[in-house]
Parts: sequence; C-alpha cells; structure tokens
Amino acid sequence: MIDIMPYLEILRYVLAGALLFGGAVFMIIGAVGMLRLPDFYARIHAAGITDTLATVMLIAGMMLHSGFTQTTAKLALVAIFLFLTSPTATHAVANAAHKAGLKPRLGKVQPPHPRDKMKGAK
Amino acid sequence: MGLDVSFDIFIVIDLIIMSMLLVVGIALVRLNNLFAVVMLYGVYSLLAAIWFVSLDAVDVAFTEAAVGAGISTVLMLGAMLLTSREAKPTPALRRWLSLGVVGVTGMALFYATFDMPNFGDANSPANSYVGLQYMYDTITEVGVPNVVTAILASYRAFDTFGEVVVVLTAGLGVMLILGIGTTRTRDGESPQSGDETTQSAPPVTTVLATENHHIVLQVVAKILIPIIVLYALYVQFHGDYGPGGGFQAGVIFASAVILYSLIFGMDETRRAIPAKVVQFGTALGVLIFGGLGLVTIAMGGKFLDYDVLTAADPILGQHVGILIIEVGVLVTVASVMLSIYYGFAGRYRELKDQDW
Amino acid sequence: MVDFIVGHFNYWVIITLMMTGLYVIISTGNLVKKLVGLGVFQTSVFQLYITLSKVAGGRPPIFDKLPGYGTETKYGAAVDPLLGVIYSNPLPHVLILTAIVVGVSTLAVGLALVVRIREAYGSIEGDDIDEAEYKIEIASS
Repeated sequence: MIDIMPYLEILRYVLAGALLFGGAVFMIIGAVGMLRLPDFYARIHAAGITDTLATVMLIAGMMLHSGFTQTTAKLALVAIFLFLTSPTATHAVANAAHKAGLKPRLGKVQPPHPRDKMKGAK
Repeated sequence: MGLDVSFDIFIVIDLIIMSMLLVVGIALVRLNNLFAVVMLYGVYSLLAAIWFVSLDAVDVAFTEAAVGAGISTVLMLGAMLLTSREAKPTPALRRWLSLGVVGVTGMALFYATFDMPNFGDANSPANSYVGLQYMYDTITEVGVPNVVTAILASYRAFDTFGEVVVVLTAGLGVMLILGIGTTRTRDGESPQSGDETTQSAPPVTTVLATENHHIVLQVVAKILIPIIVLYALYVQFHGDYGPGGGFQAGVIFASAVILYSLIFGMDETRRAIPAKVVQFGTALGVLIFGGLGLVTIAMGGKFLDYDVLTAADPILGQHVGILIIEVGVLVTVASVMLSIYYGFAGRYRELKDQDW
Repeated sequence: MVDFIVGHFNYWVIITLMMTGLYVIISTGNLVKKLVGLGVFQTSVFQLYITLSKVAGGRPPIFDKLPGYGTETKYGAAVDPLLGVIYSNPLPHVLILTAIVVGVSTLAVGLALVVRIREAYGSIEGDDIDEAEYKIEIASS
C-alpha cells in the first residue's frame, strides 16, 4: 500500500499555484480590457472578469494553500461576500449609465455623451 | 544590510506599491474633473492601506481602508455633489510658481533624509526605546496579544481620550456648520454660476434616487447590512486579539448605515436611526470614556488606571477597562461619522432620474 | 551605496508624494481639490511614520500565543514576548491609527465649510470667491 498523502500534499500546492497563476492572468486580461475596449459597456465586461472570476480563483488558490485552518474559513467568507457585492456593484454601474442615457458604441461611430447632448439642448 | 531573502521580496512588493501610489498621485494632480479626482483619492487610500499591510501595520491599514476609501470618499462625493463637478484649470504662471515652491521644499526634505536611519533598521532610535519597552511589558502588564490595542487603550489611553474628544469636536463643528439634516435647504439656492457643471456625467452615487430599478441593490443591501454590522461588532470585540478596535468598528458601523441611506434614501434612514440618537451618541461615547477615568480615580487609582477596577487581578481589570473604553470609542466615532453624513445628506435636494 | 539607496528609497517616494499633495494644495484654486491634496499630504505623513516603524523581517505586533489561551503559562513572565520572532514597532501604529480618524473628522469640517462657502458665494474657486468678496466690500463701503 503506497502512502498517497505526501502526493496529495504536493498536488495541493500545485493546484494552489495553478489557481493563483490563473487568477493573476485573468486580472491582467481584465486590466488590458479596461484600457483597450472601445466603450463603457464593453469595459464593464473586462472589469467583471477581475471582480468575479479572477478574485474567486485567487481566493480559492489561497484557500488551498492554507489548508484546513481558520484562515481558510475567513477566506471562504470573503469569497461569499465578494460574490454578493461585486456583481451588484457592476450592475449598479451599468444601470446608472443606462439610466443616464449612455448608448453603447455600434460600428465605428461613437455615440454622443449624454453630457454633451444636455449642453446642446441648452 | 545583511537581510534575508524574504526581506528582498518584500522590498520588491514595496517598490511596486510605491510606484502605483506615485502614478495615482500624479494623475490626481493632472485631472480637473472632481468626480475622477475624488474616486482616485479613494484608490490612493486603498493603495496606502495595502502598503501599510506590507509594512506590518495591520491596524493602521484597516483604519485607512475603512476611513480613506470608505467614509472620506463618500463625504467628498457628497461635498462635490453639493458644489461643482469640474475644477477650473490652473493658469500656467501659477503652475510654474507652485512647481518652484514644491521643488525647493522637496529638495530641502530630500537633503534631510540623508541622516535618517535605513529602512527596516531594528536599531533606529524610533524602534529602540519606548516601543520596544511596550513590546516587552504588554504581556505581563496588560495581557492583550494585540500590542497596538494595548498601547492605544491602556498605556496611552489619555492620548486616545484626547483624540476621541477631537473627533467629537469635529462632529460638533460639522453639526454647527451644516446642521444635522433635520431642515432642508431651500431649492434653487445659489443658482447663478456653476449650474451647467452640476449637470455633467452621472456618478455612481446617483443610486440615491429611490426608484424601483434599484431593486437588485435593495435586495443585496438587505442581505449585506446585517452582516456588515455583525462584522463591526466582531472587529470591536476581537480587537484585543487581532487587528481592530473601537475606531475601525465605529467607522464600519457608520458605513453600514451610510450604505442603507444611499440605497433606501435619507428619510428611511432617519426613521431607523433618528438624528437625536446620533447627537446623543456623540457625547455618550466620550462620557463612557471619561467616566471610566473618573471611576478609576474614585477607586483609588490614577486617571484611566484600569488595574484597580478588579480587586484581585490587575490583568482582568485591564481587560475590563479596555473593553469599556473601546465601547466608548465605538459609540463616539460611529455617531460622529453619522452626524457628519446626516449633515451633508440633509442638504441634498433628493436626486431624481430626470436630474441626470 | 546600494544599501543607502535601498534604505532611503521609501523616504524619497514619500517626499515625492508629500510634494504632490503640496502642489495640489497651492496650485489649484478649487477648494474640494485642495482638500484632496491635503488628504494626500496627510497620508504621506502617515506613510513616513509607518515606514519608520518597520523592522526588517518583522511581523505585525500581534502575539501568536495568546496569554492564557492554549498555553500553560498564564500571564507569567514565562511567556517571552519576543519568542524568537521579530515584531515591528507598535507605537507609530497607535499614533497613526488615531490620526487617521481625526484626519477624516477634520476633513469633514473642511468639506462642510466648502459647502457653506458655495452656498454663500456660489462658487468654490478661490478666484471667484475673492472677486465676490471684493464686490461685497465695494458695495458696503
């Protein structure tokens, strides 16, 4: 009978590292998206990646890394909190922009900003 | 310096955070849109908090994150909404003049750093005498694992009392200047200038409007607000054993109420926590703090000398004393933050969708 | 030389940040932006204190072994606070912790004054306020 515990232990760290690395990659993708995407609504998608997927991957990696400790429990709570708040925040931002009359960019033409429209009306 | 590898990695993290701070700082200088400036200030505070964590100041980081990124950003947004959203660009002459002044001052300070101890030096004067003494004595004299709490609430309790009084005074000042929001200002005040700037891009804070499309926010907030309050209490009563204490807990509690008011409106909030209660609380906390000092005098000790609180065990007395004054700090800080917020929020005309 | 640079780099960055704050304060006429600059300046002072309190290889000044919790010795001198672990200096943390809360309170007073100024003068730009003051003076004399 082979003792598999040491291998599981190694696997745990490898998995943790992979998750942390994946989280970091998605963070960078989100950051690049924030800078390069053309308009507000597209950028929100990029921000959403960093908010949810990347953060959850990072936290899962940290949980695996710390094992069965109090830290893991706290990290789980943080993850739940982020899972509630981040999508809500993104929703609030998108909702506010929509209500303010910000139109998404379609094709090559940038729609006028509602602020400019307001000035024009005056 | 003879440092180990972990400190080298730490230095790298340090450098990354510092460069981010610099970038945000320079962006702050160059922007004229006040909304962006205020949001960047929140980012700056959050970065500073991260830096404090890496510099081992977990309690400070906690406070900075709650205060800098939370309360002060909300207050600045409030003030911005009440005033204008765009700053006038600075004239070139004034820019160059101030750059000159800043350059000279910076050079003088730069020269002064040559005498400073190296970063991380354990034998620097600042790290040698009284701070070290506190580290050695806390376990035997106060018996609280978090040395920061021990110093804050026991060794330097008189100093903390002074700070709490300062917070109370600031709260009173805001109440006197702005009122506590019980009277609305008339609409259409100061209409002549800045009107076109107040109608620029809609910020996130326009969730102030209590329309039905905030249903998602309302549902999530109803789930979250009890958790936030519970967390504030955890921070409060766990402050002896981990990072936290009355200051942080007070700010977190206040931010829970502010979140409620942002989503459900000011009238609802005033029904839940009347302005009278807030006003009462600002003074009550200081009363608890100072009253405990008088009690210790009456029991034969010195002002805020908790050893005499329990006859048998001075350590237990310290625990009881710290618990009580932390409650005082919590009550005052939370009430002052709320009274300030009430003062600002009471001056809004309620934001409506068509205002956007 | 490298030691000197690494050992003093933090101070230089903090001074730069402090000067950034000072520049915002003296260059802009907008009162809200001035207060933001004041906040940056203030935060840089906090950073200076906290940098001074850091000890190389140190840990946050919170003891792992809680006295009387899970250890046999209760509050006795047997618990060596330093346990072979290096802790950072807690004293500047205490000073700064309270300073942050006091800082936000004073910031609030400043913002309240700004709001009142706007109500009284209709502007928060220093130049416009000066002009309005001047007009009031002319009218009253």
